[in-house]
Amino acid sequence: MLSRTADHLYWMARYIERAENMARVLDVTYNMSLVPNAAESEAALWLPALEISGNVEAYERDYFNQAQQEYTAAGVIHYLAMDINNPSSIYSSLRSARENARAVRVAMTSETWENINSLWLEFSQFIGQDLAKSGLREFCDWVKSRSHLFRGVCFGTMLRDDSFSFVRLGTFIERADNTARLLDVKYHLLLPEQEEIGGAVDYYEWSAVLRSVSAFQAYQKIFSDTIEPWRVAELLVLRRDMPRSLHACFDEITPILEQLSGSRATECKRLAGELHSKLRFGKMRDIFQHGLHEFLSDFVESNNKLGAEIHKTFLSITAS
Amino acid sequence: MKNSNLSFFDEMQLGAAATGAAATGAASVREIYKTYNQWLKNVPHHQLDSKRQEAELLFRRVGITFNVYGDDDGAERLIPFDVVPRILAAKEWAHLSAGATQRVRALNMFLHDIYHEQNIIKAGIVPASILANSQYRPEMFGIDVPNQIYAHIAGIDLVRTSESQFYVLEDNLRTPSGVSYMLEDRKMMMRLFPELFRQYPIAPVDHYPQVLLKNLRAVAQSGVQEPTVVVLSPGAYNSAYFEHAFLAQQMGIELVEGQDLFVRNNAVYMRTTQGPQRVDVIYRRIDDDYLDPLVFNASSMLGVPGLLSVYRNGGVTLANAVGTGVADDKATYIHVPAMIRFYLGEEPILENVPTYELSKKEDLAYTLAHLDELVVKEVQGSGGYGMLVGPAASKQELEEFRLRIVSSPASYIAQPTLALSTCPTLVEKGIAPRHVDLRPFVLSGKTVTLVPGALCRVAMKEGSLVVNSSQGGGTKDTWVLEEDVVTPSRQKANQAEEVTC
Repeated sequence: MLSRTADHLYWMARYIERAENMARVLDVTYNMSLVPNAAESEAALWLPALEISGNVEAYERDYFNQAQQEYTAAGVIHYLAMDINNPSSIYSSLRSARENARAVRVAMTSETWENINSLWLEFSQFIGQDLAKSGLREFCDWVKSRSHLFRGVCFGTMLRDDSFSFVRLGTFIERADNTARLLDVKYHLLLPEQEEIGGAVDYYEWSAVLRSVSAFQAYQKIFSDTIEPWRVAELLVLRRDMPRSLHACFDEITPILEQLSGSRATECKRLAGELHSKLRFGKMRDIFQHGLHEFLSDFVESNNKLGAEIHKTFLSITAS
Repeated sequence: MKNSNLSFFDEMQLGAAATGAAATGAASVREIYKTYNQWLKNVPHHQLDSKRQEAELLFRRVGITFNVYGDDDGAERLIPFDVVPRILAAKEWAHLSAGATQRVRALNMFLHDIYHEQNIIKAGIVPASILANSQYRPEMFGIDVPNQIYAHIAGIDLVRTSESQFYVLEDNLRTPSGVSYMLEDRKMMMRLFPELFRQYPIAPVDHYPQVLLKNLRAVAQSGVQEPTVVVLSPGAYNSAYFEHAFLAQQMGIELVEGQDLFVRNNAVYMRTTQGPQRVDVIYRRIDDDYLDPLVFNASSMLGVPGLLSVYRNGGVTLANAVGTGVADDKATYIHVPAMIRFYLGEEPILENVPTYELSKKEDLAYTLAHLDELVVKEVQGSGGYGMLVGPAASKQELEEFRLRIVSSPASYIAQPTLALSTCPTLVEKGIAPRHVDLRPFVLSGKTVTLVPGALCRVAMKEGSLVVNSSQGGGTKDTWVLEEDVVTPSRQKANQAEEVTC
C-alpha cells in the first residue's frame, strides 16, 4: 500500500485514541472534583490533567493573565476539550482524525469513513457549549462511545490487510503512550517521596485512576481487595489481560510489526520486541526497586522512539 | 431571468414550460413519463421534500461534497440533488449514444492526426492556426500512444430543444468530471423510491467503474501482463476529490497524489510500505499544466518531476493523454462535424450548435449587432465563468462584454441562445420546470462504449440557463429505459417477482 495512505490511517487511529484518552482524563478529573476534599484546591486537582498531556506551559501562556494565575476547572476543560489552538485538544484530535480519514477514504470501508465523517458532523453540536458548566459528562461519554464505535467498525468491516494493521498500530502505540503518562503523573502526584511507595492510599484518587482506564471493575475482580497503588501499577503495566495495560498494547504491536516487516530486519521490529520482553518477563518488584517513575518515563521515551522508527520504515515518503 | 420570447420543450408535460406552470391534464404528458406522472400525483409535496432532505443528509454523511474555488465560508458543499428523475426513451438513447460514440472516434483520430501527419490541415479542413492554440502541446508531436487513443474518458455535453432535436454543446476531453454523480444519484434514487424501479425498466449504470478499469488496463504499454493502474488526484482540497476517491475505490486501485509517485530509470513508481512499486497506467485528474514541473508549470506541487519524459518514451500511459485540450477547445468545436466526415466518411449523427466565429469579419459584425440575443463564450474557458448570456444580461454587462469582444475577437465564439429543454424539478413551491443538460461519458480503450446513463445537470434557479455546479446548478438521476413502452405485463411480472422473493 501507499506509504502516504498508511501514514494517514495510522494517524487517524492515533488521533481517535488520543481524543478518547483525553476524554477519560477529563471525565475522571471532573468526578474527582465532586468528591469533597479530594484535593486541596481546584488548581491542584486540574493541573495533573494538563501534565498528562504535556501541556502545562502552553496552557500558562494562553490562559494566564493579570487577573488569573491559577489552573481553573473552566480553563482546563476548555483547553483540553475545545481549544482549537491546542493541537492535542479533543477538538483538534477529532478534526485531525477526520482530515486524515478524508485524505484516504479509499483505503477504508465506506462504513468506516461514514462513521468518522458523521462523528465530525455530530461534534458540531458541542461547539460553543460551556462544558465546564454542564454537559461535560455527556460529552466525554460521547467521545468514548464514538471511539468504541470507530474501533468496532474497523474491526467489523475492514479487510485484514496492511490498512487494518496500520490502523491497529496507531491505536495501540497511542494507547500505550497515554496509559504510561496517566500512571506516571498520578503516581508521582500521590507519592512524591520514593520511600512512601506502598504507604498511605487515597482510595478515591486511585479508584479514579482505575476508572479512567475502565479498570475499576477489573481490579475488584482480580484482587478482591482494597486498592493498593502497587497493584494498580501492576494492573496497568504488566497484566496482559487488562486491555489498556502496556503489556496488552505490546501484545498487539509486536506481531503487527513482525507481519509488516516480513523478512526485513527492521529496527522497529527489534525495538518493539525489546519493549515487549520487558513487559512479558519483567517483575513488578524490580520495577519498583528501580523506580516506577523512571520505568515509565523510559517507557514513554522508547515508545516515542518506536513511533519514529515506524515512521522511518513504513510511512516516510521522502525516501525513495 | 425570463425569456418570454422563447418557448421551451418540457420533457414531461407538453406545453407546460411555455406557460411556466405545471400543467394538470394527463393528456399532455409524454408517453414515457405517464407512469411517473401517475405516481407523482399520489405523492404529496411534503413527502417529496422530506425525501429530498433525507437525500441531503445521506450525501453529507457519505461526504459527497465539492469545494468551490474562492469560497471561504463552506469548504465543502453539496451539489443540490433533485428527486425528480429525467427519463430518456430507449430510442432517444440509441440516437445519443451512437452520436457521442461517433464523435469521440473522430476526435481521437483528429488528435492522433494533429500530433502526427496533420492530414486534416493539409486537406484544408482545419486551419493551421490550430497549431498555435495554447492547448496544442508540441511535446506530443510524433509520440505514439497505445491504441492511438487520446481521450479515454470523454464527457459530451448535450442539450435538447425539441422532441427530436439534440445539440452537442461541447466536448470535454481533458479531465471531465461528474460521473460519480451519475452513479451516486442512481443509488440514492433506488434507495428513496424503490417502487419506481419496479415500474420502469431502467438500464443499470453501476458497472461504469468496471468498464473504465477494463479500458484503462487495455491501454497499458504492450508487453505488460498485469498492469498497475492508479488514479492521480491533486488531493483532498480539489473540488472533485470525492469523485477521484470514489472511482479509485470502485475500481479497487490506489488513489495517489503527485508526492506518492517518482520517476526512476524511465519508469514511474509509487512509494509503498513495501518499497517502490511500478505504475503502468495513470488515470490522471490533474491538468496538463500541473503534471510535470520540469516541463509545464514549474511551480506545480501536484505533479511528478520527470513524468513527461517517461511518458514520451512509452514507460507509462496517461489517461487522458497529454494535449487533448486542443480538441475540446471552443475554436476547434466548430470543426468536429467536418472531422467526422473527413476521418469516418460518415454524416454526423449529432449536430453542433450553430456557432459564429468572431475571428471572421461577417460573424463578428452579426454578433455585435445581435449581442442581446446570443450567448458569447470565451474559447479556452470552462466552468461557465467567461460567458455572456445575452437575453439575461443588463445593458451595462452587454457593453462591457462588447468591449472585451472588440479588443480580442478571436478569443470568443457566439451561439444563438438555445431554448434548453426543461424537466419537472422539485422546488420550494412544488414541482416546476427547470432547464437541463446531459453529459454522457464515452469510454475508449479496446472499444468505444457508454454505459446507459449520464450526468444530468439542472439549473435550480427559475429561468436560468446556466447549469454548472459552480454556478449553483444541481443534478438529477437520468433514467435510460431499456424498452420504451411500460407495459402493464411488466408491472405484473415484477409484482410476481416480489412475492416469490
